[in-house]
Amino acid sequence: MIKQTIIPFGPQHPVLPEPLQLDLVLEDEKVVQAIPSIGYVHRGLETLVTRQEYQEFVYVAERICGICSFIHGMGYCQAVEEIMKVEVPARGVFLRTIWAELSRIHSHLLWLGLAADAFGFENLFMQAWRIRETILDIFEETTGGRVIFSVCKVGGARKDIQPDTLVRIGQTLEKMKKDVKSIEKVFLKDNSVRHRLAGIGILTNEEAHSLGAVGPVMRASGIKVDTRMLGYAAYPDAEFEIITETAGDCYARCAVRIHEIYQSIDIIRQLIPKTPDGPVDVKVIGAPQGESYMRLEQPRGEVLYYIKANGTRLLDRFRVRTPTFANIPPLVKMLKGCDFADVPNIILTIDPCISCTER
Amino acid sequence: MGFFKMAGTAFTNLFRKPATLMYPVRPAKRFPNSRGTLTIEFEKCILCGICQKKCPSYAIEVDKTEKTWKIDRIRCISCGSCTDWCPKKCLHLDNPYTAPVTSEFKDTTREQHTGA
Repeated sequence: MIKQTIIPFGPQHPVLPEPLQLDLVLEDEKVVQAIPSIGYVHRGLETLVTRQEYQEFVYVAERICGICSFIHGMGYCQAVEEIMKVEVPARGVFLRTIWAELSRIHSHLLWLGLAADAFGFENLFMQAWRIRETILDIFEETTGGRVIFSVCKVGGARKDIQPDTLVRIGQTLEKMKKDVKSIEKVFLKDNSVRHRLAGIGILTNEEAHSLGAVGPVMRASGIKVDTRMLGYAAYPDAEFEIITETAGDCYARCAVRIHEIYQSIDIIRQLIPKTPDGPVDVKVIGAPQGESYMRLEQPRGEVLYYIKANGTRLLDRFRVRTPTFANIPPLVKMLKGCDFADVPNIILTIDPCISCTER
Repeated sequence: MGFFKMAGTAFTNLFRKPATLMYPVRPAKRFPNSRGTLTIEFEKCILCGICQKKCPSYAIEVDKTEKTWKIDRIRCISCGSCTDWCPKKCLHLDNPYTAPVTSEFKDTTREQHTGA
């Protein structure tokens, strides 16, 4: 029998700025078991809801994550609006959806850069982040913030986008498509990149289903599920197909994310001309009472919000199930049997967001 | 084919402006909407204390008896909640980033405005 060694991966590791710890049980160079542990950056954001009024909690909710911040704020607002039966004006809903899709593009581009950095392709990392800067500029111009927008509120949006700016955003995204195409070629066709990604960290269709994978990880294993199809926000007004791959390896997950960038650009292109005129928000008075669940599609997968309100301005309970949390069991499965050198690569392909997970 | 493409990319990169800015020598790109430092027009302030209540990070302190309005710059997250709620619209989020503070001692991170 080969002697087993345990090598700790993290909580500090160059590939991941966030503290995820995995104890890797190795036999020679092969990982036979990975034991995850989280809890290094727990901030207790869920408890804060009992001390922060429900309208101000949006600012806390969107700080759950620094990358998909907008959709966290939007999910919280939608959950409260559902309890309070608030009808958000159509323009507010459309703008929210456009911002959410822009967040998806920015998150996927960020991930592409990080993935390139993980397999040692620093130039590609810089190119991906250079393209992402275009999106950040759109964010800063329309919302005032680069990563934390503070633009969602219970009852609608806090800022309006002028019609000519909306048109310009559409044109900028069309131009950006060309840039994304140029890096897509490297990610999907380059031999050395393929060598690092193809056939690594395979998650089969059955495994993805039984372990409850979400988002691009699940879609790369061939499961056709996308929460946007449930028809929340303005998604019923856009036509899109769920993007899937069948291989279930790192390469497939990368391909799904790249194609989702094009899909998001397409959704925004469809939504811009359909955006109705009118107000972006309604005045919300009173306090919520009751409970609600809200499911949304984050760039990393499905996120779930639970809110329980007692009729005062302070909520009783707020719970978030983030996509990375759901993707940790599939990650452990993917790591089983892989080479030690591929571990950082595989961990990165689930697009881990540990601060999100620990809230 | 591949060689010409690579040479083309290298050539454009030689003459293209760098994608990064030499911050802080060159100022960061800001837009009219950009959220930065919180400022107050204290003459208009009626010391109602709504900003203190609505601040998600508890950065503002309003004292009606001493007639002061204080802000802790380290705590302020520039979310704009106070500017939205201010009944007199005397709070503004200016574009530039808040200047860095060098020590965490409360006295240096606090600004105090004392009114008439």
